[in-house]
Amino acid sequence: MLVLREPMRVALALITTMMSLGAIYGFMGVHFIAAFQVLIYVGAVMVFMVFVIMLLEVREAPGNKRYSNLLVPGGVIFAMMLGVFGISVWRAMGHTSSGAPVTNDAFGLTEFSTLFLRDYWLQFELTTVLLIAAIVAALAVIKVHQRVANEAVRSNRSTNG
Amino acid sequence: MDKQHQLLLWLSIALFSLGLLGVVIRRNALVMLMCMELMLNGVNLSLVTFMNQNGQAAGGVLVFLVFVVATAEIAIAIPIVLLLVKQKRSLDVDAYSDLKG
Repeated sequence: MLVLREPMRVALALITTMMSLGAIYGFMGVHFIAAFQVLIYVGAVMVFMVFVIMLLEVREAPGNKRYSNLLVPGGVIFAMMLGVFGISVWRAMGHTSSGAPVTNDAFGLTEFSTLFLRDYWLQFELTTVLLIAAIVAALAVIKVHQRVANEAVRSNRSTNG
Repeated sequence: MDKQHQLLLWLSIALFSLGLLGVVIRRNALVMLMCMELMLNGVNLSLVTFMNQNGQAAGGVLVFLVFVVATAEIAIAIPIVLLLVKQKRSLDVDAYSDLKG
């Protein structure tokens, strides 16, 4: 993903990654999260992204640089982060958790739904509010731009005529 | 922590770090957005791993919330990218370095 030049290839690589993650979730026994992963990410977000990539059709100049000036600091931060987290996970190897590990059928959709609607109902409602706010904001951004464009066209017409 | 969970945690760390590296070093706005999605995926994988390890169901709720936040983020970011591209016909973020706010 980091070395591919075309955004469409990056999108296809990301879709492959998400499908693989969905397969991992399925093998871990959390089937509904695997279904969410495939439905929401691959089915909604990445389809949206692919449509936008095909819609924009912006050709970058061939001599355009692929990487920004932060390539070396970014690489250093990447290596440091990978090292620190990797070592911490490595040192946590011997620790055992207190809770019992989940078996494959212990956490299904039923438990998830009851937990969501009984204990976390406030967060659930807040997500609906967040989604509505996102939709309204996206529409507002588009509408404001259209109004500005229409006014520009109208002023151009009035100056020309 | 057994071997399987450790491998999954390493995978999630690698995904998150690669996403962060992509956001930092790439110049294409859409590629940066997709790298943010990769970071969210890494966090999701670690949450599912911890949920599977500890047997606490709250991780699933958090994963669901991350899904919702990712969807909302894309729904906001894509129109902004569309408007920026209409303005200058370029996806390069360096072309917008004269923005003031």
